[in-house]
Amino acid sequence: MSGPRASAGELGEALWKAVTDGDEYDAVDVVRGALADGWQEEDLLLDVVAAVQARIGVEWAADRISVAQEHAATAINERVITALVHHGSGGARPDAVRGRVTVSCVDGEWHAFPARLVAETLRLRGWQVDYLGAQTPTPHLVAHQHHTNSDAVLLSGSIPTHLPRAHTAITACRSVGVPVVAGGRAFGVDGRYARALGADAWAPDARGAAAVLEAGPERPTRVRQAIDDLPHLADQEYSMVTQSRARLVKETLTELERRFPPLREYSDAQRERTAEDLAHVVDFLATALYVDAVEVFTEFLGWTADVLSARNVPPHSLVTGLDILADRLHDFPRALSTVRAGAAHLTGRTGPAVTDTVV
Amino acid sequence: MLDSRGRIAGRNRAARRLTASSAASDVPPSWLAEAHRRHVAGTSDPTAGTPAGLFGSRSFEARPSPTGGGRVAWWLLDRTDLVAAHETVRETRERADATSDLFSTLLSSLNVPRCAEVAARMATDHLAEAAVLITPPAGHRYAVTHALRGRRVVQETRQIDPLTVPGLDEALRGFPPVPARWINPGAIPDWAIPEGFSGPVGSVLVTPLPGHGVPAGALILLRSDTEKGFSPEEEVFARLFASRAGTALSAARLYSEQTAITGTLTRELLPPPLSRVHGVDYAGRYRTAMDHERVGGDFYDVHPGPDESAETFVALGDVAGKGLDAAVLTGKIRNTLHALLPLASDHLRVLRMLNGALLTSHHARFATLVLASVKRQDDGAVRLRLTSAGHLPPLVVRADGRVEETPTQGTLVGALPKVTARTVETELAPGDTCLLYTDGITEARGGPLGDEMFGEERLRQALEGCGGMPGEAMVEHVQMLAAQWLEPGSRHDDMAVVAIGAPRGGSPAGGRAPAGDGGRARRTP
Repeated sequence: MSGPRASAGELGEALWKAVTDGDEYDAVDVVRGALADGWQEEDLLLDVVAAVQARIGVEWAADRISVAQEHAATAINERVITALVHHGSGGARPDAVRGRVTVSCVDGEWHAFPARLVAETLRLRGWQVDYLGAQTPTPHLVAHQHHTNSDAVLLSGSIPTHLPRAHTAITACRSVGVPVVAGGRAFGVDGRYARALGADAWAPDARGAAAVLEAGPERPTRVRQAIDDLPHLADQEYSMVTQSRARLVKETLTELERRFPPLREYSDAQRERTAEDLAHVVDFLATALYVDAVEVFTEFLGWTADVLSARNVPPHSLVTGLDILADRLHDFPRALSTVRAGAAHLTGRTGPAVTDTVV
Repeated sequence: MLDSRGRIAGRNRAARRLTASSAASDVPPSWLAEAHRRHVAGTSDPTAGTPAGLFGSRSFEARPSPTGGGRVAWWLLDRTDLVAAHETVRETRERADATSDLFSTLLSSLNVPRCAEVAARMATDHLAEAAVLITPPAGHRYAVTHALRGRRVVQETRQIDPLTVPGLDEALRGFPPVPARWINPGAIPDWAIPEGFSGPVGSVLVTPLPGHGVPAGALILLRSDTEKGFSPEEEVFARLFASRAGTALSAARLYSEQTAITGTLTRELLPPPLSRVHGVDYAGRYRTAMDHERVGGDFYDVHPGPDESAETFVALGDVAGKGLDAAVLTGKIRNTLHALLPLASDHLRVLRMLNGALLTSHHARFATLVLASVKRQDDGAVRLRLTSAGHLPPLVVRADGRVEETPTQGTLVGALPKVTARTVETELAPGDTCLLYTDGITEARGGPLGDEMFGEERLRQALEGCGGMPGEAMVEHVQMLAAQWLEPGSRHDDMAVVAIGAPRGGSPAGGRAPAGDGGRARRTP
């Protein structure tokens, strides 16, 4: 191939088109062509493939592609990675000279793509990587540590509601003497929840993760209990909200139908969507209580409102839902103030006139 | 009694005895002189506590009482024993803390090399300048762990002669430890001295690491000749340390042996990785009922036909029950089906023979399964023959999102002497996918309102949004929906999903991604 080397933007555009067309062959051709033009595998992975994957998420949230297209595009992007790292250097891989690490998603996490990028980047940089992938039960992750004696565990989480399980994994890995590097959107843009949950380090992206490993994280020696990191859990609010999830959703839905007549006309499927939305609200509330951070809840509500309005669903039923939920949480001061902050956040977003009075 | 200039101006009998042994008999010790100066100047710090210090070899506390004329009488209270008791308590507490830290860290890992590394490093932190840990040989080679205080631990496997270190052979064979004073430090061979050890070896302790019935190894502790030798108390502590390290190492060894055995036994029971075979895409996903186990009562297999003109045989099934017991039976069924491959074109015959085999085995369990014979045709469509034996009927997801149930049905196997089943034929156009799944998916309990079954209707609705999806994305999507439906932490059954897909476009050669041939079919969403 001749001509000037394509920029990351141009390659991204070509890959985006191939991936959303569901055309695996075109997609693979894009990265192979770029490799032939002198692009490095790591740069292609992190500056082109990762950017296209991020765009898939954004386009889904804006309702410009369907869930099915999102899954299909992700599957093809995964195959692009495989093609890239297996054929890029003619099948040869740098010797794994640096040490051995485990890359895994948090238990319950289905978004494996970021973890895959980290795993492949580290392999390219000479680490021996055990990639456990999505939906790895924590007992498997810990058993793997006993089995392999990793230098570190890199734990990836995208959805904040998995933070309590991430905490279990972090505590368990550290208690067997393996340091944990956390990464992914779930841990906050600045990694604040990684620190709150006792992770040894946080990395904003794959290059950051490689840098942390190259600096050599210390092995933890003192065993900590989960409650040591988060003393506020002693108030039991997280436990209570989590255990009464189904009841809270049911009661809120019933009351919402009473106050919001159009809901009574909903089909069973629509009613179930509403119940699912409410269940997510309760899950995020529980997570906010777990890490003691209101913004976990308000950010989720803001995002949900965006997704709903992209699908022409007015978000004010969400505010009513929060009001009803607040009535059910009178005995839980932390939960109550979190729900109220969420409602205020949403009301502040719905229109400029309201914004002035609320904020 | 001190005068205004801080000199001793008078003393009682006890004080005379005390100063008699001192070199400068009219000068008080510096701490008392300082306290006196402050007291006279009125600058005593009331928060600093009572002045105290050594007088000769004993420890005293001093309390002033003014006597006029700038003189101060200092009453000295002997607290030597109190100080000694405090010191003992502090040392004991420190040692207890260190010991508890030590042992919790030692017991944290079940990995043998890691355990040896921790034990050797901790030995250098608490017992000696250098430590060498040797574990029993595998063949002629020993795993040797070298640790030097403040340095990285080094591990190697090498041939050694245990007889070259006095007491080592005995320790490795589980004989009582040889006292340190019997070992000549000069006799230690070079291999047993970590690189960078400062100067000649001054004292050596060789301790066995007692294990579960068999010795777990031996620990050599080295101090250079500039350090103190091992005191009897230190020898006792070293033996305590060694016993804990031995326990930890034995537990780790036992665990790794057990995992190796389990790994070997269950390897054949794991679901196989699936990919494209003879121009047809296969994808599968499996989640066991018990998160800590890797095998369970669901299974699937894809047996490629000998060539592209022959049918590929696919089986997915569910044995009653879960866990290892059910997994063992899945292994038998999979082996039986494998052996029956030459007859695989006749599904009913396969089911009858399998039924016979299960009825005559000692297992009381039964199984349901779906069999599929798959062949890609020249026009790119995929021909399927499907037979259900008491299993949920497969679903066909058309590229445009229509979902069809295949009307195959039959009796389960392993329960009744006679089996019946109806085979159904269907065809997948490019972009269509046939989905086989077990009831762990549809019987997942939970949902936003709790305790509802996921059900076939929800699955079908979800699949309507999956038209044209690659098979691996579809099986992942289905597994994800079921997992998210489950109430967090609730019990569930094994879940297996297999997708058989007719690739969109692409060459019939399959398997390899073509390098940009222009003639392939295109499809836009």
